[in-house]
Order: sequence, then C-alpha cells, then structure tokens
Amino acid sequence: MTDITMQIETPTETPEIPVDQERGSLTQGQLIWRRFLKNRLAVAGGIVILLFYVIMVVFPGFFGTYNYNTQREDAIYAPPQLPQWRDEEGKFHLRPFVYGLETELDFASFEWVHIVDKSKKYPVYFITRGEEYRLFGLFRTNIHLFGVEPPGTFFLFGTDDLGRDLFSRVLQGGQISLTVGLVGVILTIILGSVLGTISGYYGGVMDNIIQRIVELMMSFPDIPLWAALAAALPPEWSPAKTFFAISVILSLRNWTGLARQVRAKVLAYREEDYAVAAQAMGASDRRIILIHMLPNAASHIIVIATLSIPGMILAETSLSFLGLGIQPPIVSWGVLLQQAQQVSVVLERPWLLLPGFFVVLAVLSFNFLGDGIRDAADPYSN
Amino acid sequence: MTAFIGRRLVSMVFTMVLVSIVGFIIINLPPGTYLDVYRAQLMVQGTSTADQQIQALEKRYALDKPVYYQYVKWISGFVRGDFGRSFQYNREVKELVWNRMGFTVVVSIASLLFSWLIALPIGIYSATHKYSFGDNIFTFFSFIGLSVPSFLVALVLMVVSSRVFGASVGGLFSRAYQDAPWSWAKFVDFLQHLWIPVIVVGMSGTAGLVRMMRGNLLDILNMQYVQTARAKGLSENIVIYKHAVRNALHPLVMSLGMSLPGIISGSTVVSIVLSLPTTGPLYFNALRSQDMFLAGTFLVFMAVMLVVGNFLADIALAVVDPRIRYE
Repeated sequence: MTDITMQIETPTETPEIPVDQERGSLTQGQLIWRRFLKNRLAVAGGIVILLFYVIMVVFPGFFGTYNYNTQREDAIYAPPQLPQWRDEEGKFHLRPFVYGLETELDFASFEWVHIVDKSKKYPVYFITRGEEYRLFGLFRTNIHLFGVEPPGTFFLFGTDDLGRDLFSRVLQGGQISLTVGLVGVILTIILGSVLGTISGYYGGVMDNIIQRIVELMMSFPDIPLWAALAAALPPEWSPAKTFFAISVILSLRNWTGLARQVRAKVLAYREEDYAVAAQAMGASDRRIILIHMLPNAASHIIVIATLSIPGMILAETSLSFLGLGIQPPIVSWGVLLQQAQQVSVVLERPWLLLPGFFVVLAVLSFNFLGDGIRDAADPYSN
Repeated sequence: MTAFIGRRLVSMVFTMVLVSIVGFIIINLPPGTYLDVYRAQLMVQGTSTADQQIQALEKRYALDKPVYYQYVKWISGFVRGDFGRSFQYNREVKELVWNRMGFTVVVSIASLLFSWLIALPIGIYSATHKYSFGDNIFTFFSFIGLSVPSFLVALVLMVVSSRVFGASVGGLFSRAYQDAPWSWAKFVDFLQHLWIPVIVVGMSGTAGLVRMMRGNLLDILNMQYVQTARAKGLSENIVIYKHAVRNALHPLVMSLGMSLPGIISGSTVVSIVLSLPTTGPLYFNALRSQDMFLAGTFLVFMAVMLVVGNFLADIALAVVDPRIRYE
C-alpha cells in the first residue's frame, strides 16, 4: 500500500520543454511581484506604509524631537517652527536653523502669545542628544534624529494645549494607530480563516452555527456596534489592556466578511480533483486543509486583510476622537484630533489638524497597496 | 416567489430575536447601571431620601430582578412600541428619539440622494472612459474620499466656511431661528445649513459607490451580450444604458438596503462634530452615561433596520434580476 502511495507522490518526469522566453520560467510568486511593481500607485503606497512603520512603530522616540509627554508651560499652543535655510539678509546656511520663540502673556485675553524672535537663531543638529525616551519600551536613551540646543526650541508641528510637541506626539500616536489596525487584522485573519475553513470543509451543524453567528454579527451596523462595545470597556483598565480590547472589538465584526469568503473558497476547492485525490490517498483533514486549501486561499486572505486595515485605522481614529477608544495618556491619531474638536480652536490653531493628514496618508496608502495586491494576485487580470 | 418571501420572513424574525438578545447583552455589559451614577448624584446633593428613591426606581425598571426578566419586560414593550424611559432625560425613549427623527431622516435622505446622483454618472463615465484623463482624476478623488475620516471633512469644511463666509456653522439653524416657528425665512436658513452635513455625510458614500459602479460596469462591458448588442448595430447609448448599466445596478441594490440603518442613525460622528440635532449624538450620550434603555433601543432598532433593509434588498433583487433563483 505504501509503495503505491510513494509512486503516486513522486512527480513524473516531465520532458524538457525548451523555454523560449524568461516569462515561462517564472514562478507564480514572481509573476505576482512583477505585476505588482507595474502598479506605481501601489508601490508608492507600499513605500509610504513601510516608512510609516519604521519611523512611527519601531523608532518614534528617535525620529521625534522631544519626549511626547513633556509639558511646557511656556510653550502652550506654540505655532509650528519651520527650519530656515536663508536668513533675513538672504544669506544661505547649509545647516538649517530655527528662530527663537518669545512667549508673552497677552493681558487683554489672558492667553500666551508667541512671537518669532528673529535675532536668535538656533542651528539644527542631527543625531543629537535631547530628552530621554525608551527605545522599544525597554532601553533608556536620549539620541534623536534632529534637535536644537536649549534654550532654543524646535516644534516642527507646533504644540498642544499643554505645550507638548505635536510632531513627537504624531509619531507616537502613529505607533498606536498603526498597530491597532495590524493587531486587529491578525485577529481577523485567524478568526476568519479558521472559522471559514471549518464552516466550508466540514459543513453540517458547525457550518450552520457559524453562518448564523456571522449573520448575527453582520446585522449590527459597524460604528454603533463598535461604540457600544467600546463604551462597555471598564475605565479602570490599564491603557495597554484597553488598546488590546479595542483591537479585539474592531476585529469582532471584521472577521465575518473574511469567514464568508474563505468558506466559499473552501467549498469550491473541496470539489476540485486534487482535494478528492488527496482524500482518496488517505490524507488527514488537517493535511488537506493546511497543505492543499489554505495556501490556495492565501492570496485571497492577504488581499482582504490589507483592504480591511484602513477601515480599522479609520474606526479607531473616529472612536478615539469621540473619547470612546484609546484613552490618554496613551496617544493615537484620534486622541490627538480630540484637541481639534472645536472649530473656534482650530480657526486659531490650524496645526492641530495635522494628525488628520497622517491618518489620510496612511489610509490612502493602505488602499492603494491593497488594490495593487488584489490586481497582482489575480492571475486573470492583465 | 411567495415561498421565497415566506422563508426569508421566518429567518428574518429569527435573526431579529437573536439581535435583540445580543443587543441587550451588549448594553448591559458595563458594570453598574445608570442608577449608580444617579445615586452618586443624590449623595452629592445630600438628599436624605436617596435610598428610597433609588429603590423605587429599581422596582419601576425591574432592575432588582434577574437579567432575563428585564429582557423579557423590555422586549415585550418593544413589540408594543413602548421602549422604556431614559434615565438621563427622564422622558420616554420613544418621545426623545421621535423628536430628533425628522431632521435625521431629512439629512440622511438628502445625503443619500446626493451621493447617488453624483456617484452613478461618475461611475458610468469612469467605466466607459477607462484609464482616460477624467477616469484617472475621478479614481484619484474617490480614493481620497475613501481615505478621509468624515469628521475631518466636517471640521475642515467648517473652518473653511467660517473663514470664507464668516458665518457660524454647525447645527441646522442660525441662532435667530433656533426656536422660531417654521416660516419661509427659517426654511431658507435651514437649507443654508443643510449643505455642509449633506456633503460631508454623502462624500464617503459617494467614493465607495463610484468605485463599485465603475467595477460592476467594467465587468458587464466585457460580457458577450454587450458585444452582441454592439454587433447588432445598436447605438452606443442604448448598449450602455439599456444593456449594461441596468445590469450593473444590481449589486448596488444590495448596498441601498444596507444603508437603511444609516437613515435613522444619521452619521453619528459627523453629527457630533457639526452639532446636528439628530439621533446619532443622542445614542452616543446614552452610551456614555449608561442610559441603557435609550442606548439599547437605538442599537437594536438600527440592527433591525439593517435586517429589514437586507430583506427588502433581497426581494428587490429577486424582482429586478430574473436570473436569481429563489432556492
């Protein structure tokens, strides 16, 4: 018996076919990669995403100018300070500098006003020592990509209501906002592919139960459901716990779509000759699912996953913006945008909207990337 | 067909019951109830009869009874149109929701119309002029539209309009007309305020619709019957509008059904930013203050609308698309 199986499993020798063009010798993966590279928007999206993850998720402290939580009473709502290369006499400086910032109390409105002091110039140094932060949350270090010597300040994006540097906060917020989507998507993939496979492969009662659960979850509109679940999180939970819970909540409704698609795929594959053959040869269910079915559905799963990350980022931003998501002192883009909730505040301090620009950029890039992967992974597309 | 509708009806009712149970559980998830908040308030005020008051309330809402009893009491009222009372506002849930329903429906339907009227022609143009300059522009903007959170659009539009027009924005009326009775001037004022929410709420929907319409139509234009129609010598307009567009609309019927709950909820996030008198902010406040009857009613109501919307869409699809089998 084993002999026969062995014989069937060894691939029969195919006669040498002369390959007249390179294309014929490419693997499926290489073909996908080629098609993907042709889509310039998708490649650009991929590069932006990669940069975002390196800068914000891995090294936000290093790329940020200050510690994101340092409060400065003398720099409340300071406007952005742009690096200058040309001074007022028109002389060009190779090393950029920023002008000093004078803070005065306006006795009419009792608000701090910031005046650019052009007599003071602070050169911008690269790879410099500044405020302390923790690398990967573990090692204490104080090396930043760029900064100026005190008493000069360098607020690239200005500061918020407590005088915290917005640029450093945007990077730190990106760490949370981008990770929420990633963790949520991993959970979505696990739940969706496992339950979808079980549902499609075994059918019967399990299929029925899983499909009813999917239907039930799909019966709730997403934002109201997320808001209700997020509101149920106990306020005494630690920020890390809340963060994880938000990811779980977001994936709780998202896996249903994936489960449906995976089920449909598995149902189709089950009838394919290779699956029937594997079964006839006595392969276990586990082997058939893991070796024959999931790899086939993999490109599909990856596409859906990539396309669902932007939705999660947007959802987290909206929830946090409304105060139901990530809670301060942890920052996310949504938390930062809370400061911009009132039009009167934004009118005077438009830089508070800058985190929104990063949300748009991240989501846009993910959309382009996902679209590109989808087109590239489809063997029938041109 | 009748058997199909009957079967769908039965499964719909079944789903609704499950939805109401799950909705009730979700709303009851937070530890404590509104009464705890209320008790704290009474304590601060130093009311001596606090305990008695709380007990009376507990009895009235059956909060001292087990959860399943509360659920049965609530859901049996639900069927009769009695949704319980809001703790926070101390008014009937029905009354509260009803007060805001009018504006919500007006804003939602206006933005729905807006997005369909804009999206369909653009989608058709994009598909029939694939990869042309115009298509690329529209594609680019629809990607942007999909990527910008709607509250951000609302904020930016408000900032821009108050910079340009210098007028106060947000809300649906100027302060002068806030409590005035309806008149022509108030109506004009209302229309002047309506366009911002309509654009903002409509925009994200528009982008998605354009993508969908374009994709569907592109698929259909590759079909053989389109080729046949052209080969018969029909004019391009008839080929596109009579043969292709009609069939490309079918998947959109489904999405119309799914937008039904949006009509009564409005866009929660946008409504809060624009301070619109719609149901979205009401639901949101109820969630935060654990006003469970208000929040629960609303959540379940929206889910029911979605289930009904899907049901209607299924039937509409079965009517317009003869290829659909009722099995």
